[in-house]
This record gives sequence, C-alpha cells and structure tokens, in this order.
Amino acid sequence: MNKIISKEYFSANVVKFVVEAPLIAKARRAGHFVIVRVGEKGERIPLTIADADISKGTITLVIQRMGVSSTKLCALEAGDYITDLVGPLGKATHIENFGTVVCACGGVGTAPMMPIVAALKKAGNKVITVLAARTKELIILEEQMRGYSDEVIVMTDDGSYGNKGLVTNGIEAVIQREKVDMCVTIGPAIMMKFVSILTKKYEIPTVASLNTIMVDGTGMCGACRVTIGGKTKFVCVDGPEFDAHQVDFDEMLMRLGGYKDQEKEEMEHKILHKK
Amino acid sequence: MNTKRDEQWRVDLRAKIKAKDRTNLERVHMPELDPEYRSHIRNEEVNLGLTPEQAMAEAQRCLDCANPTCMEGCPVGIQIPDFIKQIETGNFLEAAKVLKLTSALPAVCGRVCPQERQCEERCIHLKMKKDAVAIGYLERFAADYERESGQISVPETAARNGIKIAVVGSGPAGLAFAGDMAKYGYEVHVFEALHEIGGVLKYGIPEFRLPNKIVDVEIENLKAMGVIFTNNCIIGKTIAIQELEENGYQGIFVASGAGLPRFMNIKGENLVGIMSSNEYLTRVNLMDAANPDSDTPVYKGKKVAVIGGGNTAMDSVRTARRLGAEKAMIVYRRSEEEMPARVEEVKHAKEEGIEFLTLHNPLEYIGDANGRVTHMILQEMELGEPDASGRRSPVEIPGKTKTVEVDEVIVSVGVSPNPLIKQSVPELEITKWGTLVVNQDTMQSVSIPIIFAGGDIVRGGATVILAMGDGRRAAKAMDEWIKSKG
Ligand SMILES: Cc1cc2nc3c(=O)[nH]c(=O)nc-3n(C[C@H](O)[C@H](O)[C@H](O)COP(=O)(O)OP(=O)(O)OC[C@H]3O[C@@H](n4cnc5c(N)ncnc54)[C@H](O)[C@@H]3O)c2cc1C
Ligand code: FES
Repeated sequence: MNKIISKEYFSANVVKFVVEAPLIAKARRAGHFVIVRVGEKGERIPLTIADADISKGTITLVIQRMGVSSTKLCALEAGDYITDLVGPLGKATHIENFGTVVCACGGVGTAPMMPIVAALKKAGNKVITVLAARTKELIILEEQMRGYSDEVIVMTDDGSYGNKGLVTNGIEAVIQREKVDMCVTIGPAIMMKFVSILTKKYEIPTVASLNTIMVDGTGMCGACRVTIGGKTKFVCVDGPEFDAHQVDFDEMLMRLGGYKDQEKEEMEHKILHKK
Repeated sequence: MNTKRDEQWRVDLRAKIKAKDRTNLERVHMPELDPEYRSHIRNEEVNLGLTPEQAMAEAQRCLDCANPTCMEGCPVGIQIPDFIKQIETGNFLEAAKVLKLTSALPAVCGRVCPQERQCEERCIHLKMKKDAVAIGYLERFAADYERESGQISVPETAARNGIKIAVVGSGPAGLAFAGDMAKYGYEVHVFEALHEIGGVLKYGIPEFRLPNKIVDVEIENLKAMGVIFTNNCIIGKTIAIQELEENGYQGIFVASGAGLPRFMNIKGENLVGIMSSNEYLTRVNLMDAANPDSDTPVYKGKKVAVIGGGNTAMDSVRTARRLGAEKAMIVYRRSEEEMPARVEEVKHAKEEGIEFLTLHNPLEYIGDANGRVTHMILQEMELGEPDASGRRSPVEIPGKTKTVEVDEVIVSVGVSPNPLIKQSVPELEITKWGTLVVNQDTMQSVSIPIIFAGGDIVRGGATVILAMGDGRRAAKAMDEWIKSKG
C-alpha cells in the first residue's frame, strides 16, 4: 500500500500523482517503470516513473486516462492508497551527451517521455521535442515539455493546433534543417513504426520505448515478448527501450490487438454493473 | 535405529492384525468430485480427502516394517510408519506432529508430491504385487485434520536473538526456511516480488489441486511466529543485496525460484493466443482473470493445445477445460510413460476429457490475418535410445506431420532461474543453466558466504518437497555458520 501525497490535473484526462515510495525513489533511474494495481480485483499495469524525490521519499507518476485500470487509478485522491506498487522495473535509459536529440512522442507516450527529455537535457544535449496528436485537445504536457526542451514542435493531424501533419513530418523538418544525432520515440506502436522507418532512411540511431501488454513486469510470464532483430525479447526485463530499427513493429501491433475484444467486454461489463 | 517402533503400543498394534491380512486389504480410493461436474467448476478441489474411517483403514495396510524403505524414497526423510501408526490408532493430532518434525508443509506436500516416484515407489507392498500404501493421502489427511480441528499448534520459538535474516522469495523454500529460522530465534524478513505471498503455490498451482486457504494457514502460522513479510519488493531492484548487508542482515537466503518461461523459438510462436503456462496460470490464479469482476483479461479458447507433459502442463490444460474449452489437448513429444507429471494428474486430466497427443512435437503455428493462431503443425515422433536423463529420447519420423486446428496454445516446456539476483551480485557463481552454485550440504553459496540458496533457483524446475527440504537444510547450516562467526 502506497499513499498518494498529492494529485494534480495537467488536463481533464491527465493526472499527476506524487506517491510515497521511498525505496523506489532511491533506486530508480530515468526510463524505469513501476507496476501498479488498484483494488483487489485490479489489473497489474506498467507506468513510467516520471520523477522522484529521494529526500521526501516520493515518486511522481503521470497517468493518462484510457481504459479500465487507468480510469480507476485517476479516480483516486490525495490521501488514498494505491493497493500495490512495485519497482523500479526495466532497464534505465542510456543517457549521455549525444549532441542533438529529437524526442518524438504522442498519445500514451507523452507522459513516459517527460523524464527522458529531462535527463537528456541535463546531460547537455540539445533537445527538440515533437509532440503529436490527432487534434488540439489531445496535446498534453506541452508546458512541462517546454520547460525541459530547447524547442517544442507541436503537430496535429487536423491542423487545429501547431503545425498540420503527422509526427514524422515534424521530425523530417528538423532533420532537413539541422544535423540530428539521435532520436527517441514513445507512443502508439503504429507511430513508432513510422518514426523508425523515417529515421532509418536518414540513418539516425533511434531508440523506441515499447509499451506492450504486461502482467508481472519481472520476466515471469512472457506476455510482453517482442521480436528484436529476429530474437524474442521480454520488454519488462530486456527493455523497455530497444533499437527501433530492429523492432518487429508489425508483430507488436498484432500482439497489442490481442486482448481488444476482452478489453471491450470488460468495459461493457463494468458499465453495465456500475451502480 | 527407530526406538518409537519398539514402544509397547506399537508392538501391540502390529500384533493385532497379521501382516498377511494387512497386505490383503484393498488400497483406499480417494473420494473425488465427479469428472463431468468438475470440468466446469474452476475453484473446487478435485480430491475430497479421506474420512477418518477411511484413513484408519488405510493405515492398517502399513506393515510398520523394521526397515521402512518408504522413508528412503522421501527427500526429507519423513518418519512415515510413525505417523501412519498414529493414524491407525486414531491419534490424528499426534500423526500431524510427527509430520511436522520433518516437513514444514505437510498439507501441501500431501497434495502435490509425486508420491508414486518417492515414498510409495519403495513401499514393501509393491514387491508383493499389491498397491502401495496411500502415504500421500494419509499425510494430507493428518495435516488437514489438524488444521480443521482448529488445534493447529504454533511451534515454539527460542528466545529472540535479535539477529536479522533476509529471505528472497516466499515459495516453499523461503517459507520452510523462514519457519525454522524463526524457531531458532532469528528476526526473519521475507521479501516477495509479487503482491501475494506463496510463490508457485499461489500463482502456479490451481485452486482445484491446492486451495489457497491451505497455503494461507501456513503463512498465518509463520506470522504468528514473528516472521515479517514484505510483498511488492524485488531484491536486486527495489533493494540491492548489498543494501541488505549494509542494513545489518547477517544472512540472506535466496529462494527466488525458476520463474522464467521457456519458449521453443519456432515459427509463429509469438502469434496472438499463444502464451506461456506462467502467463496463463498467473492470469487465472494470481489475477483471478476468469472471474468477471476481475480487470485482468484471459483468453477462453475453445480448441486449446498445451505443449508439454509436466505438472504445469496438466494444470494449464485442466484450467483451459474448466474455462470452457471443448477440445483441450496435451501435446507431448515423448510417450505417456516419460511424462514428468504426477500420475494422479494425468489420470484426472483423462477423466476430464483431455486428449493426449503424445509422440507429437509442434513445428510451426499458423495464424489468420489478425495474427491470431488458427492451426499448429505437429511432427510425429517415435522413441529412440535413452538420453542423459535415462528417458528414451524422441526422434522425428521423417515426413510425418499433421495440422491441427487450435485457437489457443499454452507453451509449458520448462522454466529457467530468475537472473535478477545474479544481475544484482555479479560475483555470484552460477552454472551455465543460470542456477546458483551452493554447497550441497549447507546450501551456502560457494562464492559469497552471506548468501545461502535453495529450491528451484538451485535445482531448476524441481518439486515442492525438495524446495522445502533445501529451506530447512539451509536454515540449520546458516544458524551454525552465524554462531561460528561469533
Ligand atoms: C503450475 C505448476 C505446477 C507444479 N506442480 C507441482 C507438483 O504437483 N508437485 C511438486 O512437487 N512441484 C510442483 N511444481 C514445482 C514447484 O512448485 C516448485 O518446484 C517449487 O514451488 C519451488 O519452490 P521455490 O521456493 O524454490 O520457488 P517458487 O515457488 O518459485 O517461489 C519463488 C518466489 O520468489 C519470488 N521472487 C523471485 N525473485 C525475487 C526477487 N528478486 N525478490 C523477491 N522475490 C522474488 C517469486 O515471485 C516467487 O514468489 C509446480 C510448478 C508449477 C509452476
Ligand atoms: S510482463 Fe511478464 S514477462 Fe514481461
């Protein structure tokens, strides 16, 4: 049981929690995640650790309301307890001064990108963040990203905010403008796939942080397996970050779709049985 | 020399019924749930347990041999005739006490030990072409009787010595170790990575074979003895091994199990609907995914194939049946005789309508446009020469393959040790299989003396009783080691 110290809304569907977890605060590095479970019937879901304060013994989690579990989590208030919280899990991000780094994120990938942008900046990189979404309302954490980045480029599919176009248009514009040494991408698998195709064309080393289905998060089940360079890897222990150019995104996309029907039934069941 | 056997009551008891008459008694049948009924019920235990009358009658079959060979078959050397003769006279609580002298988890072992390859395999009756005494059933009976009587005894603990000991993992090895160390007076802290205490006993073995409440009673008992449990804590991640040392722990027992699932690395194995038995059983057992109120989803395949022939495979296939599979199949590359699963599990599986495709090995999986598995291609096999394990090794019959329709495949071809501890302590010596290298008698690490280890992390996928035995041996040796350091 971990106590929620504070709750803050970044937007209607994006919540920031500061949670008591002194051991995790001490052990975590950028890129690590935790597994969280809300309630005795709750699912185990992975969440990136956005920040930590060792002296206060707290970690920060940024949650975007999406499915059953994130909705349950977002409904908690300061003073409430998270039933289970375990971590830090996964391998930490490899941070060094690469030079100029493009951080491309969208949707679910925006919150986990935040600590990476911060760490890259701290290591002396020039950080250009490309924030992408379908439409204006779905752009989140822009202000926070501006705080850590040298430049933020906003892309919307419908042109309702920032530049009109896809995340890849935003990245390509940067690549054509200046020398890019490195790219980091987090977001929906389909987005990462296209980012990867683009940067491969320009031969820019690219890291993708994969958000597969997970159960335990400790290497015990293989639910999170992906194919990297022809070999099966477990995202929770071997990742979550991999060389994007080696990732079999088509397989990952297919596997992510695996529980869609159940998830839908689940939601319907929950709605049906809600008092 | 077994002096108990010479006590007058035992001598008299033996004289009461002639050995020949004892041998002629029929072995008891375990009362079971009806196979049709139980194939649709997820959470009811199949074996119902013996009645006191049945247990006492079965106990009469035991000849109370002067040289009980059954005990040689028991990995922890349970005083088998001692407890059986207590049952014969109706002293069930005494019988339970005898069990607890050597076994930390008799109610568990009575249910899950492969008795037919251990104690019962050495029973004198087999030499006379009769069925072995049902030692496992009797063990379970005595342990259940004690628990249900409400007179479960919390073992006495020595005066607290104030020395802190850490245990990594709360499976049978960790629990057995913790119990003994608490008895010796140590302050024992058990750290568990998952949110539940119990290891495989909780997340792996299903309710229909080992109800959680039985494991919970053992855990409560340990708590009453002062053992402190911390869940959601991964040693090597949340707390480093070094930090444990720095925080004053004077001994560390690593019982982190063999939790990593193996796959076969064949074509199509990452298709949707194909998963490890660990994933499947964790979803159903730990996360209660088959319950509509649970947030965790699980596939409920109609045509389910489980690859493998061990207990884990049997548990998976029988779970699939209970979740509604019309066709639930075991695919195993050797013949039934070589199957590592307990004989009783195979029997129960067959009664529940599980199909056995023995001498078949998957070659490839085929999926539909959405990447969902639809078929498996199987290679037909035959048995060749015995291999290193003494089992006849399967060889392919060239050109003989078949294609079988499936909508879910559960891969249950073994597990590897968890590498987390090694990653946390790189100097730790391990074998090429990733198991920790320890002194076989003391279970102490050969490279780092503060670390002791036991159970599956040392043996690879083994058994509950061996894990428990390791825990007890390690406790004894660690106690001596700490005392010798002064
Ligand atoms: C489905 C299934 C059925 C089985 N059936 C039988 C049977 O019928 N009979 C039989 O005798 N055996 C059976 N076995 C095997 C038996 O369960 C194991 O041999 C036994 O549980 C091993 O015990 P253990 O204590 O070594 O490890 P485990 O029971 O695996 O426990 C290890 C625990 O350590 C935790 N852990 C791991 N790493 C860390 C870490 N770094 N920090 C903190 N905690 C950690 C794990 O989460 C786990 O809870 C079965 C196994 C399975 C999977
Ligand atoms: S989530 Fe289970 S192995 Fe990665």
